[in-house]
Amino acid sequence: MKAIITVVGKDQVGIMYKISKILNDYHINIEDITQTILQDYFTMIMVVKIDEAKTGFHEIDVALHELAEQEGLSIHVQKEEIFDTMHKI
Amino acid sequence: MTIYKDVLETIHMIEKENLDIRTTTMGISLLDCFGRDHKAAADRVYDKITRLAGKLVETADEVSDDYGIRIVNKRISVTPIAFAGAKTTEDWLLYAKALDNAAKAVGVDIIGGFSALVQKGCTESDESFIEAVPYALAETDAMCSSINLGSTKAGINMDAVMMMGPLIKKTAYLTRDNSSFGCAKFVAFANAVEDNPFMAGAFHGVSEAENVINVGVSGPGVVKEALVGMKDAPVDKIAEKIKQTAFKITRAGQLVGREVSDRLGVPFGILDLSLAPTPAVGDSVAEILEVMGLERCGTHGSTAALAMLTDAVKKGGIMASGHVGGLSGAFIPVSEDNRMIAAAEEGCLTFDKLEAMTSVCSVGLDMIAIPGDTSEDTISAIIADEAAIGVINNKTTAVRVIPVYGMKAGDRVDWGGLFGSAPVMELNGFSSSRFIQRGGRMPAPVHSFKN
Repeated sequence: MKAIITVVGKDQVGIMYKISKILNDYHINIEDITQTILQDYFTMIMVVKIDEAKTGFHEIDVALHELAEQEGLSIHVQKEEIFDTMHKI
Repeated sequence: MTIYKDVLETIHMIEKENLDIRTTTMGISLLDCFGRDHKAAADRVYDKITRLAGKLVETADEVSDDYGIRIVNKRISVTPIAFAGAKTTEDWLLYAKALDNAAKAVGVDIIGGFSALVQKGCTESDESFIEAVPYALAETDAMCSSINLGSTKAGINMDAVMMMGPLIKKTAYLTRDNSSFGCAKFVAFANAVEDNPFMAGAFHGVSEAENVINVGVSGPGVVKEALVGMKDAPVDKIAEKIKQTAFKITRAGQLVGREVSDRLGVPFGILDLSLAPTPAVGDSVAEILEVMGLERCGTHGSTAALAMLTDAVKKGGIMASGHVGGLSGAFIPVSEDNRMIAAAEEGCLTFDKLEAMTSVCSVGLDMIAIPGDTSEDTISAIIADEAAIGVINNKTTAVRVIPVYGMKAGDRVDWGGLFGSAPVMELNGFSSSRFIQRGGRMPAPVHSFKN
């Protein structure tokens, strides 16, 4: 299953490391990354592939939300379909 | 790079503009539960609801997590209970408590369907049902009630309209310790729809299937934000923008609704795209009218702006979902919309203007606090006016007014949570009694010569 992870927050050392570490722990493959820094704000969109046999969607959601709270970031994990459905006819 | 823009737009709508799925409502038919022994029938009602809706809340929460869009309310609508055919208040209360207990057992916010359809006439059973409604509302927490009093095909049942004043006043009195909150759980309809997922007026119509999932999507904040940048654009450009935004919101609702229905193995019914405000800042329908260029909601031009908004929302929604239904449009509940509250407090939004606006919004006079000493006949007359707008114009209209016990015009009542707070509005002081006390049946309108 494909999902999209969005991270927005104040730029700081090690954001990428911490997120990819969690993804690695849960056997999640990163397929694509786009990121920019706008006026000190870090914005990243990651397309990932979740192997559902190994990891439940909810677990990843919880793990990333914990990180978001610790680091003061806004992190969303959402199934890819929501974006396709809303923005394509 | 388009995905970048789309993803951020969606995230922005969810985080900053209050995009959410307002309600996932499971419709349940109770026709096979009714019978002569009302105690046994009420038990069957409880059993059926808890069996079919047992996993509703859990499933909706899972889907909500997967797509990152909040499903704010999980609700149930059932076959109008008046079909149970009971004859005494005690028996009707058995059903009311069965509904209320079932709602609490499965963890939904509200259950709707303590309802009767009397647009053409009342049976003996319907009359006893109407008398029981105030007690049912006072003795339950999560149950909502509605009565359909008129339709374009049948005209208006003025005998039943006459009974609404006493019903509402009695409810206000019985729930006086709670600012007459019981009245916020009761709606008087004309042309009620059978698949509405929004409360307090939801019920599962008799022509509906055994069990369906209906979804209500909202998003006034998203529409407002989309219009903010269009300062001097002509209205047709604004209408187009509203359509596009409504399309996106509806698609999100359609996806989430389908997923909930697939996971529960229950057919998907309809999607209702109604801009439904909440008291939260930035989640207001009145604010959309302000962004369109009105200093306050309720001033001249409000009816025109609301008409365009409602129509554009419907057009966008219809394109986006295979099954649009319910009320689809824009709601204008006074106490639930912080800009509407402000407009009412400043004297810009009056009761009469609200009535005019209901001729183009998707429902009617909604969540309006009126003085506690308003006469029964005046309340019935308000309902008759609103029903007439619906019946003549072939649209749904409803009245949800709360004569707050012990309060007078200008006081402020606070119900808290999603129901918000409202200034008590002034009404016309002249009597309507002799007209209302005539009773009878207003004939169905002619469908030609529409001038």
